[in-house]
Amino acid sequence: MRRIRQGCKIKKGKQLEMPRRFVSIWFPRLSTDWFAIRQPHLHHVPFVLSAPLNGRMIVTAANGPAVTQGIDTGMPLADARAIIPSLQVIDDKPDLVTKLLKRIAEWCIRFTPIAAVDEPNGIILDGSGCAHLWGGEQKYLDDIAERLKAKGYYVRVAIADTIGAAWAVARFSKELLIIQPNAHVEALLPLPPAALRLEQGTIDRLRKLGLRRIQQFIAMPRPALRRRFGAPFLNQLDRALGYEREVLTPFEAIKDYQERLPCMDPVVTATGIGIALERLLQTLCKRLRDDQKGLRHVILKCYRVDGKIEQIAIATNKPSHSVNHLFKLFEDKIQGIEPALGIELFVLEATKVEDHRAVQEKMWQSGDGLEDVRLSELIDRLTGKDGVQATRYLPAEHYWPERSLKPAASLHEKLTSCWMVVTLRPMQLLADPEKIEVTAPIPDYPPMLFRHRGKLHRITKADGPERIEQEWWLQQGEHRDYYRVEDDTGNRYWLFRLGHYNDKSYQWYMHGFFA
Amino acid sequence: MVTQRADIISRLQNDILHLQGHKPANASAIDVGLDAISAGLPEGVFPTGSIHEFLTERQEGGAATSGFIAGVLSSLMGSGGMSLWISSDRKIFPPALKSFGIQPDRFIFIDLQKEREVMWAIEEALKCPALTAVIGEMNNLSFTASRRLQLAVEQSKVTGFILRNNIHKLNPTACASRWKITSLSSSSADDLPGIGFPSWRVELLRIRNGKGGTWQIKWENNSFHTIASNSPGLQDQKRKTA
Repeated sequence: MRRIRQGCKIKKGKQLEMPRRFVSIWFPRLSTDWFAIRQPHLHHVPFVLSAPLNGRMIVTAANGPAVTQGIDTGMPLADARAIIPSLQVIDDKPDLVTKLLKRIAEWCIRFTPIAAVDEPNGIILDGSGCAHLWGGEQKYLDDIAERLKAKGYYVRVAIADTIGAAWAVARFSKELLIIQPNAHVEALLPLPPAALRLEQGTIDRLRKLGLRRIQQFIAMPRPALRRRFGAPFLNQLDRALGYEREVLTPFEAIKDYQERLPCMDPVVTATGIGIALERLLQTLCKRLRDDQKGLRHVILKCYRVDGKIEQIAIATNKPSHSVNHLFKLFEDKIQGIEPALGIELFVLEATKVEDHRAVQEKMWQSGDGLEDVRLSELIDRLTGKDGVQATRYLPAEHYWPERSLKPAASLHEKLTSCWMVVTLRPMQLLADPEKIEVTAPIPDYPPMLFRHRGKLHRITKADGPERIEQEWWLQQGEHRDYYRVEDDTGNRYWLFRLGHYNDKSYQWYMHGFFA
Repeated sequence: MVTQRADIISRLQNDILHLQGHKPANASAIDVGLDAISAGLPEGVFPTGSIHEFLTERQEGGAATSGFIAGVLSSLMGSGGMSLWISSDRKIFPPALKSFGIQPDRFIFIDLQKEREVMWAIEEALKCPALTAVIGEMNNLSFTASRRLQLAVEQSKVTGFILRNNIHKLNPTACASRWKITSLSSSSADDLPGIGFPSWRVELLRIRNGKGGTWQIKWENNSFHTIASNSPGLQDQKRKTA
């Protein structure tokens, strides 16, 4: 997994990272809470979930009222019934917890881009650089806890420098839930060894030895600890203390090409946004160039002080990693951003990236100029404006005039079939054929006169008919008999008769103008 | 003394032309094969890298003008090069370009919703040296706008064709030339029935450093041909005007 760069500041060639902060959310009674949300009458009634284990029904989860009366998970159901005769029992659903955690982690994306499921009953968020958007860590945690409580889940939320410390504090600390930066070691000292996420065997052995607090063994020589409790014990200790980096597997993969720029002071001016955008583009384009990639679609997200997100997007016809070009495309759209009280965080996210290999410059011009970068940059600029469309047409193998050409899927699509040259086509074609009144002498003869838009045209010369049948597999309808006619002023038109002359329902139409 | 004065005048004329952005035709200039019309063009060559204005009347005129431009473009674009066709109300039917010797897929059609955006798009496109030509359809072209376009092409050497629909409001422009193309009755060899080769009456109303005039030409075998004055087409025309 590529670690995202979070507003790294470059100082004297050394990368100083933003202090990392992790949020651990603990759901002590996730599955019972879920049942209580669905069946509100269960809220104040003691109830348990049960599942068979080794031929016995075992309590797998118990809600608040049940726990206060002494029912614990892992207890045989019969014992629990003995304690509370009126105990309600619901069959546990396998995978329920996993599904729920996944869904909640997805919902937690609003608090941070990196949210991970922490089995069996928690979620870890990477809150680095996020809390200030809520106005401090206290408000950040309060918001998380309140929103989850409003949904009906009982949670404990803690924030600390390491995943291990946040996990421990959320579950074992009595009151303190915000561990200040670099204070996580002190916070861990009074907690029991189970807070280090150890195996049950190790915890039992520690208790047997009378080590009931982390502070009792944290200062012991490491070789001695390793000999007695094994290497995994030391690993867990190091992770909680932050000596060893713990890798978080985010629930949703972070986009490979994403750049963030947090601002010390909120940005309110277009110039400021421009500068931020340029800096983001420079770092992003450098990474793209190194990886021989180019952008096709990129979004600039501006996180405002008031919590709203403004975003603008651009697209290119050809992969590009040119800062100047991309900046130009964004330039017109910057005005569309409403900064309100200011923007705190800019995120530039490449949503579509394609290979873009460096092309050797040609000594002579070849091809049709379609591959020219300047042309695709021009098209990008033009189509960047709202309501502007650039279309290149390729021949389609249909005789029906409206269907004889198709827009190219991309501006660089190659020709696969030839343009037809056998029959002449009008220079201008009416989008919808217009009805005309016609005087025609004999069946299948071109007309002598026709009236179009109130003007009478006397035909002097004519070619035709050219019969074009409707393609029945695409559309039902009559065939068209096309005539190329020239009137006495020298103008040339394309007329057709829909249907057979014998039918009473035939109708003449004007369809185009020849050069 | 007389020759000296003539020298000075011609030198001054050249200076003025240079200041106006006119570049002398060089050996690589493309002959667009305009046949007799070449006589009226500066140094007998169709001026590339400048703006040409075409007046079109009604849709019939638009079709005729498009045909003439397509004929010119077929030489300009040669075997390589792309062109842009910019309009807010496009009626051109691309397959027809094939009959004037150009691959229709070598055009990119830019469709805009508003008339005033067309001017912006044309100017942007004219600045791009990767293009061969830019064809723009617009109602009006002010003098200032035409100056901007002319300045844009001086760097990029793109040829611009502006089709103006509103011919009732004619104003002076900085374009290199002003043309009007109207359809002419076609003539076919040996009085065969049916419609002959596309024929037009080409009026060169104004041309910088050239001489305007009126010609009758037709498009035959992928090139322009002047219609001989005794051809039936012209006789028809004369009879009508008489």
